[in-house]
Amino acid sequence: MKHQLKQIFHSPKFVVGFVIFVVMLSAAIFYPLISSVSPLQSIAKANFIPPGRYINVQDAVESTNKVLMELDVVSERVSAALSASDKEKMIVWLEEYGGVEAGTLSADNIEELLEAWYAKYDPNTRFEGMLTSTSKEYQRMNTRVSNVLSQNGVIIAEMVDGELVKSSTTVRSQDFVGVKDIPNQFYFPLGTDNFGRDVLTQMTSAIGTSLRLGLVAGLVATAIGLTLGLLAGYVGGIIDNVITFITNLFTVIPGFVLLILISYSISQTTRGVNVVAVVIGLTAWPWTCRSVRSQVISLRNRDHVNLSKLSGHSLVHVVVFDVLPYIASYVVMALILQISSAILAEAQLSMLGLGPSTTKVATLGLMMNWAQTSSAWQLGAWWAFLPVIASIALVSFSLNLMNTGLDQVFNPQLRDS
Amino acid sequence: MKGYVKYYGQKLIWYLITFVIALMLNFFLPRLMPGDPVANLASDATAGMTDSSQIQLVVQQYKERFGLDKSYPEQFLIFVRNMFQGDLGVSFTQYPRTVVEIISESIGWTIALQLPAIIVGWLLGNVLGAIAAYIRKGFDKVAMPFFMLISSMPAFGMAIILLWIFGLTLKWLPIAGGYGFDLLPTASWEFVVSIIRHYQLPFWSMVLITVGGQSIGMRSMSIYELNADYVKYSRFLGIKDRKIVGYVFRNAMLPQITGLALSLGTMVGGNIVAEMIFSYPGIGTTLVQAVTGGDYPLISGCTLIITVLVLIANLVVEILYGIIDPRVKAAQQESAA
Repeated sequence: MKHQLKQIFHSPKFVVGFVIFVVMLSAAIFYPLISSVSPLQSIAKANFIPPGRYINVQDAVESTNKVLMELDVVSERVSAALSASDKEKMIVWLEEYGGVEAGTLSADNIEELLEAWYAKYDPNTRFEGMLTSTSKEYQRMNTRVSNVLSQNGVIIAEMVDGELVKSSTTVRSQDFVGVKDIPNQFYFPLGTDNFGRDVLTQMTSAIGTSLRLGLVAGLVATAIGLTLGLLAGYVGGIIDNVITFITNLFTVIPGFVLLILISYSISQTTRGVNVVAVVIGLTAWPWTCRSVRSQVISLRNRDHVNLSKLSGHSLVHVVVFDVLPYIASYVVMALILQISSAILAEAQLSMLGLGPSTTKVATLGLMMNWAQTSSAWQLGAWWAFLPVIASIALVSFSLNLMNTGLDQVFNPQLRDS
Repeated sequence: MKGYVKYYGQKLIWYLITFVIALMLNFFLPRLMPGDPVANLASDATAGMTDSSQIQLVVQQYKERFGLDKSYPEQFLIFVRNMFQGDLGVSFTQYPRTVVEIISESIGWTIALQLPAIIVGWLLGNVLGAIAAYIRKGFDKVAMPFFMLISSMPAFGMAIILLWIFGLTLKWLPIAGGYGFDLLPTASWEFVVSIIRHYQLPFWSMVLITVGGQSIGMRSMSIYELNADYVKYSRFLGIKDRKIVGYVFRNAMLPQITGLALSLGTMVGGNIVAEMIFSYPGIGTTLVQAVTGGDYPLISGCTLIITVLVLIANLVVEILYGIIDPRVKAAQQESAA
């Protein structure tokens, strides 16, 4: 046993898979503990804000540690407000409706362009042939650039009971504040999802839930498969025929279709995480049963088994002590594969909308489903789904690697030379 | 020959029993869902009515129309009888279209997508796996983990990543639908080009996943065969590698062919989630819409078609296996003798 363990940890594939798995597991356990928010707590009242550090604006404005810096702030403000295509559109407008001669203005000379814009642009005139959407676009552009060139700074007035009061602070155009001096800030490593929840905290707790779900499903499937396989293989006869018949039945009827049907028929209120795990386990056992049965059949005529039978040991005793240890390695590998495929099955079910219906925990499949139903990819919010896919892939990859490593240890002919 | 008849006869009977049980599961499981699906339809029809006895009459009529007032076993028998006449019922969500009409429309799209994708993926994957097994050194060390990573990614994961890279970031390919939203199906070149463009992303995501899985399988089988006794013996005898390789790959192909036949069988229901992601008008999207709409004739119909196709594929595989694998033939001849 000890020797086998040593051999297992010498296999490179197993070690790599094991390391990845342990990393994900510890991330799932520890990150939610050190994170300052709970996984499904809705923080941002906005959809899909990108990853980054977010600082409280009032603190920045009222900070007493402002530093005046001699930096050119205007060009940065202008390039933030106007992209290259926006500048082209400005020139088009000015040449068509502003009475400017073609070719006098170019996108390189920002100041001249903006001066002309401030002088000529009138949001209220209507032009024949211009689409409403185009004119609204120009109005939005106008509000964006309305204040970029000035270096006058701004005055902040305090609000009391919703009414404005006299000025309290002035902010010069070139005032800067150190990020560390601002007391209220929040760091979103992976942004938020559509409900304003921190993706990283949610994802790490979802990895934990998915792993737990996979474990339950894998245990259920392996337990059923093991018991039925042992019975069918060892006892034989009519029990074998019946069990084989049922197994073949469930192998041929596509498991995924069965999963959809069963999940659909369980109403939504009872479809918690554990129920879905058990259902996945109930549709995945045939494969384990079949392989255990074939192994047991080849084992059942071994000498030590016959000796045990002759000594008068009961059926259960013979099966547990003489047959089981020889297929133990195989059962462990089957368990690992079942866990991996259960996690994938749950992800697929959730994307169809048939997954666990819960508002207290998230699973990886549920996160994918939320990203999909709130059009995350059309909105360009890659942080809401790409990390989730990466973690699903990494978890099942690490489990498959561990399985291949174990396979190589137990079946020497599969080892790379 | 007599052995063959007995072998195939037994298999056929067994498949028929499986079909009956699958039919029952397909019928009863969706109907266990609580709630009354006809209520939606009836509420639409009785929208302006205020007389409650009239409303009851309308609801009653709908129930009779869908046969929901009879007991479950009776409904099942009616279902089976209609099925053999080619009528799978009327869909609730897309009333008054029949289930057969909806499925026959969508199944064409699915097959057109899956069939070439599975075949191309299978060919590419086996070639790559065989090469990796033969050239063990550099190619194998790099390609192996890469293919393992791709094959452990779920199918819809690959679909989403391809969608992200090519559809949204690079904007090379369209991201939804079977053809352009502004086009009607006509026999024009523009329509065909639009179909081909919308076809790319689902096709390549399917191919990549299949390649990943197939190459790993082929590689393990080839390694197993290349280490077999007969290979070593032939090498010692001085037979050229090229001749041996032919035999090796023929033996390694056997499980792969079974795998191909099984993939073809499950291809109709195989990539439901990816179809839904691309809003590709195949049977997967239809099934998902049916599930969200609580439309159980359509659900039963879709799952029934998927199950029947898988059953047929399994039967074909068993028959093929009996013909291709000489060991089965030998066992039959032994038992008959």
